[in-house]
Amino acid sequence: MATHLPGSPLSQSELEENFSDIHPPLSRSEALIEADRCYFCYDAPCTAACPTDIDIPGFIQQIRSDNIRGSARTILSANIMGGMCARVCPTEVLCEQDCVRNTHEDKPVVIGLLQRYATDPVIQSGKQLFPRKADSGRRVAVVGAGPAGLSCAHRLSTLGHRVDLFDGQEKLGGLNEYGIAAYKTVDEFAQREVQYILDVGGIERQPGRLGGDLTLDHLLGNYDAVFLGVGLGDVNNLGLDGEDTAGVVDAVEYIAELRQADDLGELAVGQNVLVIGGGMTAIDVAVQSRKLGAGQVTIAYRRGPEQMNASRHEQDYARTQGVVIRHWLSPRELQVTDNRVAGMLMDRTRLGPDGSPEPSGETVTLPADVVFKAIGQQLHWNQLADARDALATERNRIKVDDQRRTSHQRIWAGGDCVAGGEDLTVSAVQDGKLAAHSIDDYLRQNHG
Amino acid sequence: MADLNSTFLGITSPNPFWLASAPPTDKAYNVNRAFEAGWGGAVWKTLGEDPPIVNVSGPRYGAIHSNERRVIGFNNIELITDRPLQVNLDEIRQVKRDWPDRALVVSLMLPMNEQTWAQYLPMIEDTGCDGVELNFGCPHGMSERGMGSAVGQVPEYIQMATEWAKKHARTPVIIKLTPNVTNIVPPARAARAGGADGVSLINTINSIMRVDYDTLTMWPATDGQGTHGGYCGPAVKPIALNMVAEIARNPETAGLPVSGIGGITDWRDAVDFLALGASNVQVCTAAMVYGFKIIDDLVQGLSDFLDDKGMASVSDLVGKAVPSVTDWQYLNLNYVEKAHIDQDLCISCGRCHVVCEDTSHQAISHTVNGVRRFEVNDAECVGCNLCTSVCPVDGCITMRPMTSGVDPRTGQKITSEKRNWTEHPNNPMCNS
Repeated sequence: MATHLPGSPLSQSELEENFSDIHPPLSRSEALIEADRCYFCYDAPCTAACPTDIDIPGFIQQIRSDNIRGSARTILSANIMGGMCARVCPTEVLCEQDCVRNTHEDKPVVIGLLQRYATDPVIQSGKQLFPRKADSGRRVAVVGAGPAGLSCAHRLSTLGHRVDLFDGQEKLGGLNEYGIAAYKTVDEFAQREVQYILDVGGIERQPGRLGGDLTLDHLLGNYDAVFLGVGLGDVNNLGLDGEDTAGVVDAVEYIAELRQADDLGELAVGQNVLVIGGGMTAIDVAVQSRKLGAGQVTIAYRRGPEQMNASRHEQDYARTQGVVIRHWLSPRELQVTDNRVAGMLMDRTRLGPDGSPEPSGETVTLPADVVFKAIGQQLHWNQLADARDALATERNRIKVDDQRRTSHQRIWAGGDCVAGGEDLTVSAVQDGKLAAHSIDDYLRQNHG
Repeated sequence: MADLNSTFLGITSPNPFWLASAPPTDKAYNVNRAFEAGWGGAVWKTLGEDPPIVNVSGPRYGAIHSNERRVIGFNNIELITDRPLQVNLDEIRQVKRDWPDRALVVSLMLPMNEQTWAQYLPMIEDTGCDGVELNFGCPHGMSERGMGSAVGQVPEYIQMATEWAKKHARTPVIIKLTPNVTNIVPPARAARAGGADGVSLINTINSIMRVDYDTLTMWPATDGQGTHGGYCGPAVKPIALNMVAEIARNPETAGLPVSGIGGITDWRDAVDFLALGASNVQVCTAAMVYGFKIIDDLVQGLSDFLDDKGMASVSDLVGKAVPSVTDWQYLNLNYVEKAHIDQDLCISCGRCHVVCEDTSHQAISHTVNGVRRFEVNDAECVGCNLCTSVCPVDGCITMRPMTSGVDPRTGQKITSEKRNWTEHPNNPMCNS
């Protein structure tokens, strides 16, 4: 990124400490005591709140009875990325929010940590829990090896189909590998989970990149069905003059760089970091900047705290890390000195009559030697090449039905690239799973 | 402040909490620590003939735990004392001399011949102990040799040995009964017939804790093999309470002084035993699990409870609940209760619904007008108390008596008139 900036001022041991596991795993004793707190609810609200419908009281009962492998099977049968979701799910607004313990004592069962307790050993040992059905003779192309694509590929494989996997990145895993905050998934967990998923068998990675040397036509010609889990490849721009100035950085790219860095100390770190945005990417890049040793880190968001996509819990965590969150500020003009960013002139905003923020007339200048753009991503249509004309869209994303079928009868899609999703790992996994079953139905009905 | 001083068979102690005959009372060292902690008395671990028996040098105990590792049930295969008789007698003499205000009773287990009893009892009483307790209860090891529960399971043996003991002892004789019988009344009746001053119960229950899931052998085991042990701890309390109450309410045994034993862990457990007819209580497992300090809660809790009830002494409490225990056939079949769920306390876990729906009477909703809500349908509720039992929120579900109107389940008018099974027309034996 901004090569004029120095590396981290922190020592290796400080960096190690800062980027260690945010929620260390539960010990057996801790897990048993916590498991005992689960009331084994009827028609459990936590399960209803889980986008992948994990039988949460069921897997916790299995922890209680010391059947950890069975517990992992319960979790992974609903969500093959139960390990990663245990780390990154915003449980405070999903399962744990609906735990009846909140009503009883304002303290939910720590479902996420129990899920990690149950799934870690099986990922570690590599023990496969789901046998593959007999080979159907059908082949499916899965484009994009993020949570949606991998979930779809795994489920298709267990259903007896052969899967060819295409991904433009060096490593598989999508945002699990390139996007999620480093302190949430330490010890190469993303890669270990990908390996576990591939080890089910029947999934081959193939060279080629959609939008590059690969066309949708080609895939449709060579496969019985296609699943698109391509994510969002383009970052939204601020729309200001000088966005290519040194120091103005795409947050997604920086996080990817951080995740792949062999030496965190060599990453460029600003003294005055300004993050524009209000979602998880904004929080992640802000927190990680602090953890890398950035002096001042400010998130500027154009609306109020309630409208931020990042959960309250994540906002609070950022604050404990020394991040300042300022609301009702919208970027107006980049200030540039010596061809480097020096600050941002910002409009103070207020709620306009139509519910969207509008400039109030007041401005404020925030100094910055780094400005991170974290105002969302959009579908990289060029990547889809000939698919763009083949597929119906909705709010600039791919339109799918409740089985994740696109408007094309042999193309399914899921994850961030489809409309109506929640942009969460867990939702992407569910998309992939639902699509796999729909594809399976289609293949068996149409090809017998 | 209520007076906790206790007199059992004329033996006085500053409170009604004695340590039961067991490992905690095997040596002067332990008993001294117990008395320093405040225990009212102790029954010395069972003495036997010289040469002493030999205990295993491996696991003697096994436990059933909650997930928080609370001990719920406990079992042991330890035998009676494995120390020479004279060592025990010397220590008993010294402890009694050092703690004259505490009750010190000596437990005893001997073969079934009168000569042995005649020989040992004077030696034991010479220590200055306050009484003797005949161990007819231990169900493991010694029972194979014709002692312990092997005696306690045969009323005639109990009576015979009691008669021998009473003939050769000066101090009060307590008979410790085994629960490994189908009916506790005949053994208690036999003890009374033999002249016993009182009985203590329960001793432990035949038990195997579990298997080892790796080796598929019994657990715990001694070099690969195990043997049944005696079960005790909180899990056995209801069994003990029933037996104590049976003795207290049966005309043939009523009035026989009882020392209550079985899973007493906190003061409320002691209240249970005392109210159901025990004159004092003995404790072992709780001390073995938490140490002697639990006596503080036992003493203070009981004292505060008596104060709250306006009772001046422990004896005011003894037997208070006995008249409320009866046979099933005398229960009032006209009495009707219905469960009631306090919606302000309900946390919507749905456990009441699913257990009622799956295993009982389909009397609790899970949805009302499309919303998750748990309500009792009085037209189906039989008042069984299952929902109350499983509800995780204390006080959320209560059982409420119907005092007027019509029971919507049966269509019968609620009446204050009582009718039990002996008076019920469905009873072929009914006289009316």
